[in-house]
Amino acid sequence: MDCARKASRTDTVPGQTRDLTHSDEVPGQARDGTTERTKHLANPTTAEPILEIDRLSISFFTRLREIPAVMDFSATIMPGEALGLVGESGCGKSTVALGVMQDLGTNGRIVGGSIKFKGEEMNTMSPARLREIRGSKIAMIYQEPMASLNPAMKIGKQLMEVPLIHDKVNEKEAYARALEVVTDVKLPDPKRILNSYPHQLSGGQQQRIVIAMALMSKPSLLILDEPTTALDVTVEAAVVQLVKDLGRKYGTSMLFISHNLGLVLETCDRICVMYSGEAVERGSIGDVFDDMQHPYTQALFRSIPLPGADKNDRPLVAIPGNFPLPHERPKGCNFGPRCDYFQAGRCDQDMIPMVRVAGDDRHQTRCLRNHEIDWNAPVTAAATKIKHVPGQVVLKMENLKKYYEVAANALFGGDRKVVKANETLSFEAREGETLAIVGESGCGKSTFAKLLMGLETATDGQILLDNISIGDVPIEKRSTKNVADIQMVFQNPFDTLNPSMSVGRQIIRALEIFGIGKNDTERRARMLELLDLVKLPRAFADRMPRQLSGGQKQRVGIARAFAGDARIVVADEPVSALDVSVQAAVTDLLMDIQREHNTTLLFISHDLSIVRYLADRVMVMYLGHVVELGTTDQVFSPPYHPYTEALLSAVPIADTRVTKKHIVLEGEIPSAMNPPPGCPFQTRCGWKSQVPGDLCDTQVPPVRLLAPGHQVKCHLDDATLAAMEPVIQIAAE
Amino acid sequence: MVSFILRRLGIMVLTALCLTFIVFWLTNLFPNLEKLAKTQGNFRMSDEAVLTYLGNNGYLQPLPVKYGQWLGVLPGYVIAGTDGEMRARCATGGQDIADAARFCGILQGNWGYSTVFRDDAGSIIATRLGLTGKLMFWVMLLMVPGALIIGVMAGMNEGSRTDRSLSTVSILSTATPEYVSGVVFIAVFGTATFGMQWFKGTATAAMDDANFENFFLPVLTIALYGMGYIARMTRASMTEVMTAQYIRTARLKGVAFSQIVLRHALRNALIAPFTVIMLQFPFLLNGVVIVETLFNYKGFGWTLVQAASNNDIELLLGVSIVSVFVVLTTQLISDIGYVFLNPRIRIA
Ligand SMILES: Nc1ncnc2c1ncn2[C@@H]1O[C@H](COP(=O)(O)OP(=O)(O)OP(=O)(O)O)[C@@H](O)[C@H]1O
Ligand code: SF4
Ligand code: SF4
Ligand SMILES: [Mg+2]
Repeated sequence: MDCARKASRTDTVPGQTRDLTHSDEVPGQARDGTTERTKHLANPTTAEPILEIDRLSISFFTRLREIPAVMDFSATIMPGEALGLVGESGCGKSTVALGVMQDLGTNGRIVGGSIKFKGEEMNTMSPARLREIRGSKIAMIYQEPMASLNPAMKIGKQLMEVPLIHDKVNEKEAYARALEVVTDVKLPDPKRILNSYPHQLSGGQQQRIVIAMALMSKPSLLILDEPTTALDVTVEAAVVQLVKDLGRKYGTSMLFISHNLGLVLETCDRICVMYSGEAVERGSIGDVFDDMQHPYTQALFRSIPLPGADKNDRPLVAIPGNFPLPHERPKGCNFGPRCDYFQAGRCDQDMIPMVRVAGDDRHQTRCLRNHEIDWNAPVTAAATKIKHVPGQVVLKMENLKKYYEVAANALFGGDRKVVKANETLSFEAREGETLAIVGESGCGKSTFAKLLMGLETATDGQILLDNISIGDVPIEKRSTKNVADIQMVFQNPFDTLNPSMSVGRQIIRALEIFGIGKNDTERRARMLELLDLVKLPRAFADRMPRQLSGGQKQRVGIARAFAGDARIVVADEPVSALDVSVQAAVTDLLMDIQREHNTTLLFISHDLSIVRYLADRVMVMYLGHVVELGTTDQVFSPPYHPYTEALLSAVPIADTRVTKKHIVLEGEIPSAMNPPPGCPFQTRCGWKSQVPGDLCDTQVPPVRLLAPGHQVKCHLDDATLAAMEPVIQIAAE
Repeated sequence: MVSFILRRLGIMVLTALCLTFIVFWLTNLFPNLEKLAKTQGNFRMSDEAVLTYLGNNGYLQPLPVKYGQWLGVLPGYVIAGTDGEMRARCATGGQDIADAARFCGILQGNWGYSTVFRDDAGSIIATRLGLTGKLMFWVMLLMVPGALIIGVMAGMNEGSRTDRSLSTVSILSTATPEYVSGVVFIAVFGTATFGMQWFKGTATAAMDDANFENFFLPVLTIALYGMGYIARMTRASMTEVMTAQYIRTARLKGVAFSQIVLRHALRNALIAPFTVIMLQFPFLLNGVVIVETLFNYKGFGWTLVQAASNNDIELLLGVSIVSVFVVLTTQLISDIGYVFLNPRIRIA
């Protein structure tokens, strides 16, 4: 029956090839090959797809033009299956999700294709039928939990609404169900939670509530649009685990949108890679990760730091160029201008159709040359770089402490509380060295950066720059030299540049502040050199910040930091706001400049993959304490501090060969305002039972030296530490 | 919450002191005093006679002292006049100076004597305020629900035809000052010119016996002006709320549109307009002055006009202090209401 339907459509639509490939997607296809990951499905052979998107095109209509946000997008999700949708920011992932929900806003419209939910066409559904389906059959979770909960309505009421609308139950029954589902998402004290307002919960708790709300009526399809981007890694790991478990428990199918390949690997059965509004490759996780058939997918994998990548021997390969805007797409292959395999005259002619990869299960790619490319050819190694040997100590912290006094009640004062943002920090950094500072939100990373910059003064202890104390000198009192020596690159390139000043002017301003150059001509020349240094075209000097992409803005930020020949650069999550393909380029740039100038780089990050890739030494912080400090190798291999171990386990790795020890931390990160007594990590530590007595509850562990240069703050005895297993293991090829 | 209100009250008293001092200073400028002396005595008084009169009646004391006496925190003056007579601030109506109280200011309930109405200023203010209160009550009753309904209807579907027509109406209504709309209403509905003499053009009768016929036009005139402004605020706030993520959440939960508006959007959308409604109050007092004069409704605004145009200093002072308190009280209510509507700033 299906074949007949498809065949009749083939007649009416031009573009034979595409249609043929498309008919590979008919449900029958699932019959011959089910990947091992889908084996838990009840009975995939007879099942009808839950969601069938067929050559969907969505446009937004603005006053100026039509923006084709999604073109020719097809996907099928079978019962119990999880489909990952990955791609860079702006490629149309959210648009697909909202298209499925039929909620594109006033200016968005579906301009072609069909979306079938359990065989029922959604594009022509009546509003009443749509309301019936939304929230009960299809539920959606999106990125910012805080924004998706009504701030003026109690959690309980918001949850109860779902059964009240869809199952016509009474208030009491609805309350009982809300209570049940809140318990299901493992929130403590469900009754209190139901009776609170969203702002009274932490980000992770809010996201759990949003998940609870989505699962309330046991939907058959759950759409998750970057559900964990705003969360800390360990919280993210717990939330993802929860979604997976609940999905399995209720047999929910999922459309999981993410830009994080590792996360997709951990959660999904199948994956669809999007680029600039189109699906460029889709297939089972195994096929796409290990046997990719599209140059973009390949480039994406080469630009993320996987275990084994190394800044000296195996540097990352950035994708050259920029993402095309929807209305500026090139002719032919969208990826053409950035593709290594581009062939003029072929790739820039017609729309490229999706073709099937022989032999694999429902594996398709949108590349003309996929048969010609040798996919196993090794990366043309970007010249390996010489390992740099760190020089003498330039920066030294001694027992640094920073306490903040805050009023307990923001509006009316009340008792004053002390927040211990940094607790006895001691370490040194050498010339030309990269020291990574790792930890989750609230661990004191940014306070530390502020102290160093002189934006705050230390409560106690010393910061020595070239053996001169600067810890209690605020930035206004520091010498120009001192200020120029320590510079910072900020997390968000979007709000650190003055929007009304041209790029060149801003760099010249920095030069003026540092007293470099005698006159404007000299400074201008220096500014152009700096643009060269960060690999931006000199013409950019006259551009305004809004005309730059995120990665380009971050380069300007770096140029500004190096304007005064900084000797120490503090980079506070410099790439976390950028897309993966741009991250590699910016990271590499930072490393290159560092090599050239022998700069000491303090790299603050929560992303352990990138830290492993570029750091010489790593410092792990938790609630203001340095819990572990050592060389990258020492920190990334056992013995670990229990927190480091959990962090390592939480970071998703986009490599199918990697097996990880599974550690899920329960509970939230305690507030710095109210830290637990004893070991700061004791509320979530899985190793606590190995320590005799109540040592962990009562005493702050001493700093212990495990090996030269490797210190850990934990009560565990040497034998236990020595017996720890590695968290990440890479299967032999 | 209690400490919050106490603090606000403190600030309020301080503001009231400053404002009344300014009014006091302005009304006690010499030209005003001179006029007062002449109206009390005769208009061909010589300059010396004016000074003597003012001196005898305590008007020539230093300003802070006079202010203190008026407030009732300094003892009232007792002055041996140039004519040999003893005059005391607190001895009025032929009272013996020895029996008179030492303090007699606003705080003691002594609001002074109105030279125009030849009556105690305090009691005049009380009755007039009551009349204006009646007027304002009906204004609020018409204005607030009207404005909120218009604003919500316009804002819930931004850009729709309902939105555009309602927005035009509200802009027109704010753009038309009371003295224009009032005159137009009287001309159209209060006279026989257009054959639509449905209402009375004067509201004097409404002071004792208000009914739809004699009271609707003044109420409408004031309400219309404030309505447009509040409606536009409500619309802006509503359109913003309607694009919020949590409204999308509700929509994707399958909540019907009417329920989205009523249960999810309304409370959030009303936070901003609520403040505005209360802050509108002072502006409405403006309208009260115009409308009461226009419709000859002898309320608070009308009294203010009378006092000001007849140089009735004590009455004017009384009227201003009451106005200041009305304005400040509405602000306090607005703050408290804001806290109440917005759970995010619940106070411990
Ligand atoms: N309401 C809108 N009006 C006009 N253009 C829009 C609108 N919404 C999205 N777009 C455009 O459509 C394209 C796809 O956007 P979409 O939000 O789906 O991307 P995304 O892949 O979800 O990105 P991200 O990873 O940043 O969430 C973008 O170019 C975006 O600018
Ligand atoms: S079609 Fe050509 S340009 Fe496009 S991805 Fe394939 S090789 Fe590259
Ligand atoms: S001291 Fe105890 S609680 Fe803290 S990390 Fe070590 S084992 Fe865990
Ligand atoms: Mg998105």
